[in-house]
Amino acid sequence: MSNQKVDCIIIGAGMSGLAAGIRLSMYNKKVLILEKHSISGGLNSYYARGKRKFDVGLHALTNFVSPSDRGKPFNKLMKQLRIPYEEFKLSQQNYSLIQFPEKTLKFTNEINVLTEEISRNFPHEVDGFIRLLEHIRNFDEVNLNNETVMAKVVVGNFIKEKSLVEMIFCPLLIYGSAWENDMDFSQFVIMFKSIFLEGFSRPEGGVRTILDLLLKRLKVNGGELKYRAEVTRIISHNGKIFGVEINHNEIIECDQVLSSMGLPETYGVVSEFEELKKPQTGNLSFCESILVTDKKPRDLGIDATIIFYNNRPEYLYQKPKTLFDTESAVVCFPNNFKYDSFEDDYSEGVLRVTNIANFELWNELKSSEDSYLYREQKENVFLNAQKILKSCGLKSEYNVNFKDIFTPTTIKRYTQHFDGTVYGSTDKSRNGTTPIHGLYICGTDQGFLGIVGSMLSGISMANLHVLQGDLK
Amino acid sequence: MVTNAEVRTKVLDIIADIALDDDVTGIKDDVALREQLDLDSMDFLDIVMELKKRHKIEVPQEDYPRLASMASCVEYLVPKFNQ
Ligand SMILES: Cc1cc2nc3c(=O)[nH]c(=O)nc-3n(C[C@H](O)[C@H](O)[C@H](O)COP(=O)(O)OP(=O)(O)OC[C@H]3O[C@@H](n4cnc5c(N)ncnc54)[C@H](O)[C@@H]3O)c2cc1C
Repeated sequence: MSNQKVDCIIIGAGMSGLAAGIRLSMYNKKVLILEKHSISGGLNSYYARGKRKFDVGLHALTNFVSPSDRGKPFNKLMKQLRIPYEEFKLSQQNYSLIQFPEKTLKFTNEINVLTEEISRNFPHEVDGFIRLLEHIRNFDEVNLNNETVMAKVVVGNFIKEKSLVEMIFCPLLIYGSAWENDMDFSQFVIMFKSIFLEGFSRPEGGVRTILDLLLKRLKVNGGELKYRAEVTRIISHNGKIFGVEINHNEIIECDQVLSSMGLPETYGVVSEFEELKKPQTGNLSFCESILVTDKKPRDLGIDATIIFYNNRPEYLYQKPKTLFDTESAVVCFPNNFKYDSFEDDYSEGVLRVTNIANFELWNELKSSEDSYLYREQKENVFLNAQKILKSCGLKSEYNVNFKDIFTPTTIKRYTQHFDGTVYGSTDKSRNGTTPIHGLYICGTDQGFLGIVGSMLSGISMANLHVLQGDLK
Repeated sequence: MVTNAEVRTKVLDIIADIALDDDVTGIKDDVALREQLDLDSMDFLDIVMELKKRHKIEVPQEDYPRLASMASCVEYLVPKFNQ
């Protein structure tokens, strides 16, 4: 047992933990980030197979803004972290599609394109949509005092045609809702602004570029990061934080803990929480097929960046009763960003198809004696992905050079999130506080998610609970 | 004795580092900083944090309004620098 002591421990070297670490180390706090895995990134990490590099998360960076758009989240973030905008080397999307059985809507980083698409496809609804835009622009979505109202009710006041409502919700749900089929209106506005009003881009080099920038900043500031360090216990005495135990054998004392593990996961390791009600574990997880092909999608007839595919009149954003939902997916083509100033770092075609999946069913397969069953079902995911790609208009004259499929059990193994949830618990701690004095939540279960959202969460929790706390 | 002009420069240096790509050379002393630059409450926190880090000067929360303009910053901070 050691008696090392630091000011602040951050659990997890995902986007939120790294951002929080940068803020605290910037102001001379002795910070230690503890990460269970051997690399950083969490839900947004990377891996390599042979000579090929892959991203786990990162279909696209949301919240695209030009550097002059001062007050917008992405620029605020860069300012707080002292990372110059240019270093991200962002390329904007070509365009994306919301493809339903009856209709398809196109959108870009210019909202006018979507408005025109709506006026063409739903002429009776365009006035309502314009009023909805106005309402969204004027809405203060980050005000922590907003009352909870379901977004479909609010949007229903502006748009009557149910199929249009479903189409608008589809990208916003799958890119950031911990709740099934609907979400709180504030969360809806966050997602709407980040996707439809600001938009998609990709950093050259993918998620590694973002992580390298964050790690470099952390190092310059003198923040410390320890890998293969699993927090096995959060220790408090009489409701006040004392320190953490790592890998069941070492104790480190500290004044504050910021945890990005998730709310139920955090409560799970605090002994003093025993009598408390356990937060819900979220229902939503994903599986993904990654195809590396000899031709780029452009040469196979597709130049869209992301296609939100749904083969039902309604969009079912919910835990499927089967291993995965075969009828809906997010299809992402990283080769299809506007590579004017920066390069497409993939020399081959890369096609990613993400489906909503059921953790328990995958977990049963994975735990069964017969590992063939799990592999067989992964193959089914892949075959279905090829079918979806065809429905999206991809010509079939390609060869698959390499493929990889991950499932909810993969997500659980690498990020420790209960049930492989990606958007966390349906119980959030909006202001980051917990019943333990000195223990705070950041990241997904504080409520901001996605790459930009989780970094903002790390920054604001570090500011609010540690830096501002010092000034009082 | 730290002069008004020196304190002004120190504050300007801090703002320049926080507002990475804003032009801070033309700041008017009597106009609120918020009106000239894109500074929000997060950035004001950083001005306070930087004052503490670089110059060991503490600004309690109730005094934040005194950092509103360059002129008020200088007026408020000069005595603190000379303490
Ligand atoms: C397939 C997929 C695609 C995605 N696509 C996009 C996208 O295109 N755009 C976008 O913006 N977002 C995307 N996301 C979502 C985004 O990645 C997440 O919202 C964000 O990364 C969450 O960051 P976080 O810091 O809150 O949590 P995490 O990334 O989960 O960080 C938590 C960290 O804590 C570590 N940890 C857990 N338990 C312990 C412990 N006991 N001790 C020590 N360490 C521990 C974990 O290993 C992890 O590194 C995607 C996610 C997935 C899975």
